[in-house]
Amino acid sequence: MKLITIAGPPSAGKTSVILRAAEHLSAKNRKIGILKFDALATADHLLYQKAGLPVQYGLSGGLCPDHYFISNIETGFLWGVQQQFDYLISESAGLCNRCSPYITGFLAISVVDSLSGAHTPKKTGPMLKFADIVVITKSDIVSQAEREVFAFHVRLANPIAMILFVNGITGQGAFGLSKCIEQAPESIAISGETMRFTMPSSLCTYCTGETSIGEQFCRGNLRKMRIAE
Amino acid sequence: MKKAIEDLPLQKFISMHPYILGYFAPLVKQFLSKTITLGEWIRSLTDDDFEEVGMDRGQTVNYLQFLIRYFEERGKRTSVKTITVIGGTNKFGEPENVVFHVSAGEIICIVGPTGSGKSQLLADIECIADGDTPTGRKVLLNGQAADTTLRFSTENKLVAQISQNMNFVIDMTVWEFLTMHAQSRMVAQPSETVENMMVCANDLVGEKFSPDMPVTRLSGGQSRALMIADTALLSDSPVILIDEIENAGVDRQKALSLLMKEEKIVFMSTHDPLLAFLGSRRLVIQNGGIAKIIEASAKERDNLSRLQNMDVFMMQLRTRLRRGDSIDEKLYFSL
Repeated sequence: MKLITIAGPPSAGKTSVILRAAEHLSAKNRKIGILKFDALATADHLLYQKAGLPVQYGLSGGLCPDHYFISNIETGFLWGVQQQFDYLISESAGLCNRCSPYITGFLAISVVDSLSGAHTPKKTGPMLKFADIVVITKSDIVSQAEREVFAFHVRLANPIAMILFVNGITGQGAFGLSKCIEQAPESIAISGETMRFTMPSSLCTYCTGETSIGEQFCRGNLRKMRIAE
Repeated sequence: MKKAIEDLPLQKFISMHPYILGYFAPLVKQFLSKTITLGEWIRSLTDDDFEEVGMDRGQTVNYLQFLIRYFEERGKRTSVKTITVIGGTNKFGEPENVVFHVSAGEIICIVGPTGSGKSQLLADIECIADGDTPTGRKVLLNGQAADTTLRFSTENKLVAQISQNMNFVIDMTVWEFLTMHAQSRMVAQPSETVENMMVCANDLVGEKFSPDMPVTRLSGGQSRALMIADTALLSDSPVILIDEIENAGVDRQKALSLLMKEEKIVFMSTHDPLLAFLGSRRLVIQNGGIAKIIEASAKERDNLSRLQNMDVFMMQLRTRLRRGDSIDEKLYFSL
């Protein structure tokens, strides 16, 4: 089975991109399963079901979505193996720019929205910088010039990634993406593999339910902002 | 090679490759001293400095070398002189039985009802189809099949697109934006290129705009004109796909001659007779396939000049409307 991890900011178009690419893979009689990780609520599993793709989803609720993802990926992987999928695609929302749900040796795809602004790539962390493929969406509604500028900034943020434009609505570009997914490495187990980058961390009073504001309530692994003179 | 860049003084390295600052952007505040070498600067940062901004120290030098090589090679791309499309099948599986070549500086029009498959043809050209898209068409460049990297990678994109739905969304003035685009294309004299694009773009619209206008405030026509001038002069994609620009308020003929002068290969989906006759040929799309290819005949060219007169007539009226004139005389026009 080939596990592909896909991450990107909310509303970037991850689900649409996956659905469009899956159409090309399904056309070749490949079996595809989806793992959808979200934070509070999701309706995306319905879209996958409608497209005839088996899907499991999980909500991180009050936990860091990234930590939730990595502590559940093995369970998802085993489900995929048991179902005998050719491709298992995990989709997770990057809610902070520090998210990094990529695993060494597994194809990692980041989905970013060309409407998010030319400076967004350099502000985005491992989610963009450690991906093998960066998919840029919604580029049909911005000018060619903006598209080129945006892609240039993605290139500077992640020098080695393959950059693809995919239109999640018309499917333009999804064929190229499906060809790249076909090249993903094959794996039989995920236990013992390592992440490409550390997860964002925090361990403080607020992690355990503190709601009050004030110096006396802040304990643990915290950092203070410096006010410039 | 690895040693060489690390031994360069930081300041010199950055002046040789100014775009590199974009890669280092998150670490930029750490540029303590400009007299040290690149290697010394990298070593002066802690692992935490890198981790803070989501970067990996170990990759840095390799990535820098990769970027430098990448942008050097991007400039050396072989030019596309011809495109060949070898027909596949329509949506009923019937063969198209067509092969056609298009040369640089040529305009091919694509006509057909909505949903007939015009966009699929544009998509086949865009991904340089190799018999592996739903139509089974093949597209050759300079008579040869393209390799996979060329086909799918974004920055080698052969194809630039201009469509009615496109907008500028970036929060910048025209000047700032064009300069940013010119820099991303590594243009040696950005201000000269930008100046040139301003002149070209303003030549295509009725209402001129200044370089300090925010791009998001341009009118539909001004935006389209700027996109066309920018694509003609700055984009290095040899092929341009134009999707319906009929009502854009742009001098369409001038726009097309600009693209032709720049030796672009233009595929234009249109229902506008004036534009359709400007092309050397037009492809008629039906049921997902190329049903026939019509060469522009002498008679059609004759009609073109009549339509051009009509276009001039309409444009003059537009100019007068804009000026605030009353148009109360009895209008008379004959082909």
